[in-house]
Amino acid sequence: MNIPADLKYTPSHEWIKQEADGTVTIGITDHAQEALGDIVFLELPEPGLLVKVGEECAVVESVKAASDIYAPLAGEVVARNEDAMGAPESVNQDAYAAWLFRLKPANPADLGLLLDAAAYEKVAAE
Amino acid sequence: MIQRTPLYDSHRAAHGRIVNFADWEMPINYGSQIEEHHAVRQDAGMFDVSHMLAIDLTGGESQAFLRHLLANDVAKLTVPGKALYSCLLQEDGGVIDDLIVYFFTPTHYRIVVNVGTAEKDLGWIQLQAADYAVSLKPRRDLGVIAVQGPQARERFWTAFPASRAASEALVPFQAAEWNDWLIARTGYTGEDGFEIAVPATAAAGVWEKLVAVGIRPCGLGARDTLRLEAGMNLYGQDMDEAQNPLESGLAWTVDFKDAARDFIGKSALARRRSAGNLREFLGLVLIDKGVLRAHQRVITAQGDGEITSGSFSPTLNQSIALARLPVGVVIGDTVEVAVRDKLLRAKVVKPTFVRHGKSLI
Repeated sequence: MNIPADLKYTPSHEWIKQEADGTVTIGITDHAQEALGDIVFLELPEPGLLVKVGEECAVVESVKAASDIYAPLAGEVVARNEDAMGAPESVNQDAYAAWLFRLKPANPADLGLLLDAAAYEKVAAE
Repeated sequence: MIQRTPLYDSHRAAHGRIVNFADWEMPINYGSQIEEHHAVRQDAGMFDVSHMLAIDLTGGESQAFLRHLLANDVAKLTVPGKALYSCLLQEDGGVIDDLIVYFFTPTHYRIVVNVGTAEKDLGWIQLQAADYAVSLKPRRDLGVIAVQGPQARERFWTAFPASRAASEALVPFQAAEWNDWLIARTGYTGEDGFEIAVPATAAAGVWEKLVAVGIRPCGLGARDTLRLEAGMNLYGQDMDEAQNPLESGLAWTVDFKDAARDFIGKSALARRRSAGNLREFLGLVLIDKGVLRAHQRVITAQGDGEITSGSFSPTLNQSIALARLPVGVVIGDTVEVAVRDKLLRAKVVKPTFVRHGKSLI
């Protein structure tokens, strides 16, 4: 299973990357894209949106189902991946390159509450 | 109790992603259902359909029985191997299942029913057969492979050249026996091809030979997007016991021509037909971005309707659906569909979107 060591994770199969400017980039894991099957549509939050931790803020639609994506941290959406919206299959091709949106966290310390690669590996194996 | 077809090991070997489908372990895809879909539209793909139930019907009153049991009229089948598509109806006109029936002789037919309704259907058919001199034999000793696509028949003959003479002249919806196989020019994809029923013990060997000539294994995910594009109904979604064929796009499968033929559901449907105001059953193509899905509410100028089947069309690269809509909605109308918290626009089209690889809308 492909689980990069330098990322953080949630039990709901999102990955989180800390950027140098203090924002975080969020996507779905390789495990998630494989379970979803061919992805055909992305509904991503608009920049400026304020989200609470655990709030449903995006939808990834595969042919067979719509899957909700939850904000792993509270904060403000600062960007969304317009390229991925135009080519949703890119998430299947490389789930870690096809990021979904970026957040400015309200409380950067909350990153410490997220799972590391080893902990996520256990979750994904269930 | 979970069941497996004779091809289960073949699916695992091809990296099939196995799911529980009506208590059968079946492959939903082998990596990408969209690629599998394109393979069928452009070349050749194959499906394990061994989980569906074939029932052989024999006996002196076979034809009379089926003319009473089914909404379509088997008297039309006079050429050996010719088949038709019919609904199995309740007395009130509700649909118990949809099925294909093959004619071999007036005392020998084969019915093929859906997997999720097989036990229900068998019970109903046995009950109705009590007054007729017929015998029913469910065939759980078969493996069935559907080879579909513009190159399907050619590739099949490359794998089994000796079968060509027996099957080359088959017209659509006709079957022929070859040794202990039944080769039928039928399918559920809108493409040409064969459905081949073989003894269960031979199935895995047949599958491997078809893989070797380049026919791509395809799963249930692709099967659903292909049939939806072809405007083919799925029992349990597009119709069920609470719906009648006239409001499910299946009026063409109900044969009233012989006034002397009394079939189960006839009087209820005749009453419904003369009462008028039958709801429309039409296609939708999504104009805005998103995915249409079953049970979504459709808002029209004539009132609310409901999507019965919705998905993404890989061939058209947009979302399509079949829907039951209020009287008066017509092809060309623009309607709205409630998708989560939004209202998305869709265009009403005829309920067939693609045939032989080409867009019809």
